[in-house]
Amino acid sequence: MSDGAGKAHLPELLRSGREAVLDRWLEVVLEGVRGRITERELKAELTELYALIERAVAGGDEEAGRELRAALAEISRSRARQGFSPSETAVSVFAVKQALLEQVSATADMQAYAEFIEFSSWVDDLGLVTFETYASAREQVIADQMEQLLELSTPVVKLWDGILGVPLVGTLDSARTQVVMETLLERLVETGAQFAVIDITGVPAVDTEVAQHLLKTVMAARLMGTDCVISGVRPQIAQTIVALGIEFGDIATKASLADALAYALECSGIQVTGRTEA
Amino acid sequence: MTAQDVELPIVSNEDVVRVRQLVRAVAAEAGMSLVDQTKIVTAASELARNTFVHGGGGSARVESVVNARGRAGVRLVVTDNGPGIPDIDKALTEGWTSGSGLGLGLPGARRLADEFELDTKAGEGTTVTVTKWIR
Ligand SMILES: Nc1ncnc2c1ncn2[C@@H]1O[C@H](COP(=O)(O)OP(=O)(O)OP(=O)(O)O)[C@@H](O)[C@H]1O
Ligand SMILES: [Mg+2]
Repeated sequence: MSDGAGKAHLPELLRSGREAVLDRWLEVVLEGVRGRITERELKAELTELYALIERAVAGGDEEAGRELRAALAEISRSRARQGFSPSETAVSVFAVKQALLEQVSATADMQAYAEFIEFSSWVDDLGLVTFETYASAREQVIADQMEQLLELSTPVVKLWDGILGVPLVGTLDSARTQVVMETLLERLVETGAQFAVIDITGVPAVDTEVAQHLLKTVMAARLMGTDCVISGVRPQIAQTIVALGIEFGDIATKASLADALAYALECSGIQVTGRTEA
Repeated sequence: MTAQDVELPIVSNEDVVRVRQLVRAVAAEAGMSLVDQTKIVTAASELARNTFVHGGGGSARVESVVNARGRAGVRLVVTDNGPGIPDIDKALTEGWTSGSGLGLGLPGARRLADEFELDTKAGEGTTVTVTKWIR
């Protein structure tokens, strides 16, 4: 940072005003994070950053610059995961300018002012580092959530001995069908179930793509000796399937999950009767 | 004639879902019955996917319309600048597909809608317009 023409004033100001600048910095940042991170944690973070800033500004210490960037990236990543907004994250860095400027103004030192301008644009660059890390960390969080959702939304549950249930919810695209099919087939191997009830109550529309995926899943299960029943075929879905001309062939379809279960029980020779009072 | 026009690009599978959701929203807003909503949504799904799969991508416009006799409805216009459909009769035949589909999408969309218009030219592109009136 120092330009060699005389001794730079800013490093000295950062050192002598350390306590005041840090306190003010902490104060500004705390306002924005409101309780989502403790004052003690934040103070530890900022103190570490401040020490690195001091070293970097003093000059001749390239290692400090690298460490500073790494520390900032780490903080941005954890902020992104904690659900802070990108501006809240960047403010943590930018606030150091405000805190330091107040010190510079107090001294009315013209050279310090001049150096502050350079310092300011240097901090802006650091702010961009936080932004970039924040954005990629957020993308990672979203990608993880999507994956979880994909798995979460395709559970295979046991309805009865030898009868599995596969409730489908939402849009059935190729990726999801693949997951459904794999999960179902795996469970069929594990359990040796004879029946699987695929429930489409939560699927808003059945078009040719969804139908094709369903048919493939049923065929694959059949090859493994399991019969599938498709349930949750509501009136509007039934009418659309007919209008599209989709043939489910000899695959059993039922209006409700209860009907499908009753059907599967009956085919397995299990009788469910109410208790009759004598 | 139109209350609100919305145009969506169709360049990915997610866009097909978005078109479907928009048609659902406009149809529900217009007061269409659940059965008819499902029909026009399914038709939209077929046409949007054809645009994406066969037409190399394009766009969809969804509008709520009113005819001369004051009847309200929902109209969907799906357009692409793809290869076009060389033989319309074949394409509208149930079970005919140039790919690995069921070959039911296009004839199905025609049956699901009240009005169906197919405008295509080999090498220039395809535009399909479907309308569903509120009963
Ligand atoms: N927008 C388009 N551009 C070019 N060709 C098209 C377009 N839409 C349909 N086609 C042609 O018409 C054929 C029939 O379409 P249709 O939607 O009925 O069947 P599909 O898409 O092949 O299968 P699916 O039953 O899954 O929809 C397609 O295979 C394709 O060759
Ligand atoms: Mg199709």
